[in-house]
This record gives sequence, structure tokens and C-alpha cells, in this order.
Amino acid sequence: MDLLSILSNSFRGALGPEAAIYALAAVGLNMHFGYTGLLNFGQVGFMLVGAYGTAVPVVAWGLPLWVGILIGIACAIVLALLLGVPTLRLRGDYLAIATIAAAEVLRYIYRSEWAEPLTGGVFGITQFANDFYDLNPYSSRLDLGWLSFSPTALWVMTVGWGATFLACGLVALLIHSPWGRVLRSVREDEQAARSLGKNIFSYKMQSLIIGGVLGALAGSLMAINTQALTPDVFMPILTFYLWTIMILGGASRIMGPVVGAIVFWFLLTFLDSFLRQIIGDGLIGLESSDVGAIRFAAVGLGLMLLMMFRPAGLLGNQKELRLDVR
Amino acid sequence: MSGDQERHELEPDVLAERAELVDAEHDLGEQELSVGARRAAEALTGVAPEPGVAKPDAILVADGVVRQFGGLTAVDVEHLEVQRGTITALIGPNGAGKSTFFNLVSGFDSPTRGKWSFNGTDITQLAAHKIARRGMVRTFQLTKALMRLTTLENVMLGATGQGGESLWRAPLRFLWRAQERDNVTRAEELLERFNLTHMRDEFAGTMSGGQRKLLEMARALMVQPDLVMLDEPMAGVNPALTQSLLGHIQALRDEGVTIVLVEHDMDVIMSISDWVICFAEGRVIAEGRPDDIRRDRAVIDAYLGARRSLKEDPQ
Repeated sequence: MDLLSILSNSFRGALGPEAAIYALAAVGLNMHFGYTGLLNFGQVGFMLVGAYGTAVPVVAWGLPLWVGILIGIACAIVLALLLGVPTLRLRGDYLAIATIAAAEVLRYIYRSEWAEPLTGGVFGITQFANDFYDLNPYSSRLDLGWLSFSPTALWVMTVGWGATFLACGLVALLIHSPWGRVLRSVREDEQAARSLGKNIFSYKMQSLIIGGVLGALAGSLMAINTQALTPDVFMPILTFYLWTIMILGGASRIMGPVVGAIVFWFLLTFLDSFLRQIIGDGLIGLESSDVGAIRFAAVGLGLMLLMMFRPAGLLGNQKELRLDVR
Repeated sequence: MSGDQERHELEPDVLAERAELVDAEHDLGEQELSVGARRAAEALTGVAPEPGVAKPDAILVADGVVRQFGGLTAVDVEHLEVQRGTITALIGPNGAGKSTFFNLVSGFDSPTRGKWSFNGTDITQLAAHKIARRGMVRTFQLTKALMRLTTLENVMLGATGQGGESLWRAPLRFLWRAQERDNVTRAEELLERFNLTHMRDEFAGTMSGGQRKLLEMARALMVQPDLVMLDEPMAGVNPALTQSLLGHIQALRDEGVTIVLVEHDMDVIMSISDWVICFAEGRVIAEGRPDDIRRDRAVIDAYLGARRSLKEDPQ
């Protein structure tokens, strides 16, 4: 068993492009749930429209990539309006149902034969982000001895973590303003906020759009990172990873999603490497094809333990959680 | 450690309540009418104690307001006026439609038909938040403290016209810093007034039930309303705090704010109201000064209690 290579893999997972992408999407989800109390179970839908909004214009119409990213953002705004206008005046659970259904419906539409001329259907589309990689300022690997990153990974990480920290900064500015105060009051009690003259529908809509746009940006980055896009990347389970990340780090904490994503990916890759090694050494009688399932079972177990012993997450305010809400 | 802290936090609280109780008893002993009470009594002299009577200077006027839930008519108010600068109490048995009427005029429910105006402008079908911005603020029967906001934040939320509440200005602190500072000052004055200064930076969720009632009132006042509608402000509040709440309500009236309250405690109603409106089965069955109401046949039958009343009340 090679402990150093396990750790090396784990850190690569924890700091790599995927962790950054998940963190960015979770920052958006935190805006929805952590600060506004919106139950969005379809964040993956925002990621999907962001990803395809970015890739399709490049491949189908030959537009530059940055226009694609803007189109991805526009798609997320439209999706937020479509979801929000009918449901945000109703009780919170309606949004939950609408979002989870919309995300699945969107996935089926994007993979349908009807959409194939644009989206490539189940086969997806590839090689649309060359513009992005042309800008890569890194020419050699980052080599720390036990940990190394390729120039392309470094470039995606720079942009991904950069965008995540910018998003966190923006969220911090917004939340610590009177606007954020209204948002948090909507989370606590909509009727009370209304009785004090706040247009709660408008605030919920704004929150849905901002969080959705962050999700779309994460989707864009996800597409750019792999240069290969298929609809089945955007399974509902992805949304629940984001929820796990948010709760792990601490909901309604600015840096919660960042810490959550790093820890989540560290644990996931650690378990993956660890299990593969001990299976390779013949220490336990499992097939390496079981690893995927086992590591998620272990993450589930970890999450349960966390809920029992630190229910507000790693960064959460335990005192705040103990308040009897409603 | 934490036990010690709690005791330290409690002491000023208890002392403050005690002081208020003494003050309240002192006031009761004097039996002198306050400025606002005298003003209200003068304004209402000559107004006949009958349902739907016109008032000399009405701040709220409702006309033909009907709310039906399926076959049940919860509210059916032909005409109702609330005199500016008074404490007007709505009384009546459970299910008489008082709270539904509250919800209707404050925009939290929409009527089957009817219209009403506030300060002379028609506000029928106006969204609740717009009604609040016009200066008519309500509280709730079950207090709605914003638990995971601090006490100060709770009160600050009430300020109207906050520049920093727009998304575009929110990240640019310099645009709203001055206004925020003024609002903090005003919120701190309100906390002082309601003896909540020691809770300033605590989560509202840590407050006692009585403190939450006070907080809700402070928050409503932050809106700088002309009319405050209080839905059972004394429900579940200890006697000392009831006295203190009464004092606050009267002080508000003396400052010129109009108060409409729903309440079941008849001692409270009779001691502070300038005008009483009695609801039964959705209709206004009687109106008048407390003394008129006490002697009103219809009110005794429907609410105060003749022998038959218990049997007839479906609750």
C-alpha cells in the first residue's frame, strides 16, 4: 500500500477542477437554501442549461466561447423565471417539486433525438472550448514532488477557484447589506417580511436568479473542463452531492460550500484510492467495480455522523441551529 | 459558567418589569385621562353608538367587505370606519371574523367583494407589502420573530425606503452607509423604549414569548406607521408585561398613531379602548364607547355572555 500516492490523489481531488466546479454550484445553492430558504432540488438543471448554453453556440453556430458563456447565463435566468414565476408565490415545497422535475425534463429534452442537431443527443458534443485553452498562461506542470497538476488542470483550477472566491465575495457583500437582511428575513418568516413592507416575491426571484446563474457558470466550467458534454452527466444525484457539500461545510455560511467541496472531494478520492489499493493488494475480497458504490456509501455514513455530532456543518454556528425555528 | 451568565442577563429584565409594574399601578391610581385619550374622547363626542356609524376623521373606511370560504361567509361588513388617533378594539367570539377582517384590510387575504380605503386612498386589492409601506402595519396573533436574525436586525428590517435593499446598490456600501447609520440610531431608540437594549445582538430566537411581543411592536413602529393593527397583543403574556404593553399602546396613541386591536381580555379592552367594535358571525353587531358596549344587549348575547351564549357558540 502506497500511502503517499493515496494522499497525493486525495489532495488532487480536493483542490482539482471538479472540486472548484462543485463549490461554485454549491455557492449558488447556498444562496437559495442557506440565505433565502428556497428548496431548490434541481440545481443540476441550472448547470445543464449553463453547460449547453456555452457549448451549443460554439459548435452549432461558430460563435466565440465567451458569447456561449453569456448565453449559458441567459439560459439560467430564463429557467429561473420559468420556475419562479408560477411557484414562488406558493408554499416552499412547490418549488422543490418543480425544480427536481424541471431538471430531469431538461435532461431528457437535451438528450432527445429531436434536439440532436444542436445538442448531439446522447452522444453529446466535444471540442468547443479551444478558445479557453488558447488563453492558458501555464506552460509547464506544477510539480511539488508528491503532488502535481497538468497545465490544463492548473488553468481550469485557477479560473474555477477564482470564480468561486469572487462569487463568495459577492455573496458576502450582498448578505451583509440591507438586501441580505431582507433575504434572511424571508428565510425566517415570509409573512413577517411582507407585513413590514417587503416584496418577498421579488426577493425570492432575485435569489433564485443569482444562485441559478452561479450554477450555470459551474455548468459552463464543467463542460469546458472535460471538453465533452453529454446530458447524462447531469443526473439528479449531482444536485444531492451539492446539498451534501453545502450541509457538510455549513449552510448559510459564506465559505461553507468551499470547505464542503474540498472535504467532500478529499474524502471521495481518498476512499477511492484507498479501496483500490487494498483491493489491488488482495487485502479484502472485493472487486474494483464495487469501489464507486462503496465510497458513496461511506460518504453517506460520514454525513450521518456529521448530522449527529455537528449538525450545523463544519463552519456552521451550532448555537444558531439550536434555535427553535418556528 | 453558562448558568451564571443567564442569571446576569435575567436580572435587569426582572427589575425593569418590576419598575414598570409599579409605574403602571401608579398610573391606575391617578385615573387621569392621558392627552391622547382626552383628544380621542373629544373627537368621538356626538358619534352615535350604532353599527356602521360615520366618524368625523376616519383613517380606515371599509365598504361592503365580504369574504366567503366556500359556503361560509366569514366576513360581511357593510360599513366600518376607524377614527384617526384612537385605540379601537375589535371584540367578538372566536370565529366572528375579526382576524379575517384584519387579514383582508392588511392585504394578507383577498375579499370576495368590497372595498376599503386608508388615509383617503383606495387600497383594495393592493399587495400587502404596499399597504405596509403606506403606513398600515399589522402584527400577528402568533408572534413572528425572525429567529436567526439578531434583535437589532429584526427592528432594522422595519425601516422603509432603504436604498441598500435594492440588489444593485447592496454591494456598494458607500451608497447606503449613512442611511444605515440613521436607521441603527432609530432602531436603538426603539429597543431602549421597549426595554430590549440588552438583547440587541442576541438572536431573536433566544427571546421569551413576552419579549417577542415587544420586539414585534418595536419592529412595526420602525415602519413609522399611521395605523398599527395588533392581533391579540396580550395573548400569553404575564400580567406585569400586559401592563407594560398597555402602557406602550397608550403612549403610541398619545403620539397620534391610530391603533386597531383584536383582544379577548375584557379588562384590557375596557381600560384602554376609546372605541369598541363588536363582531359576531362576520358582521358588526355593535359599536360604541366601552361603557356603551358593556350595556349593549346584542354584545351581551353574542359575546360577554348571557346564559344561552355558550350553547349557541359553535366553538
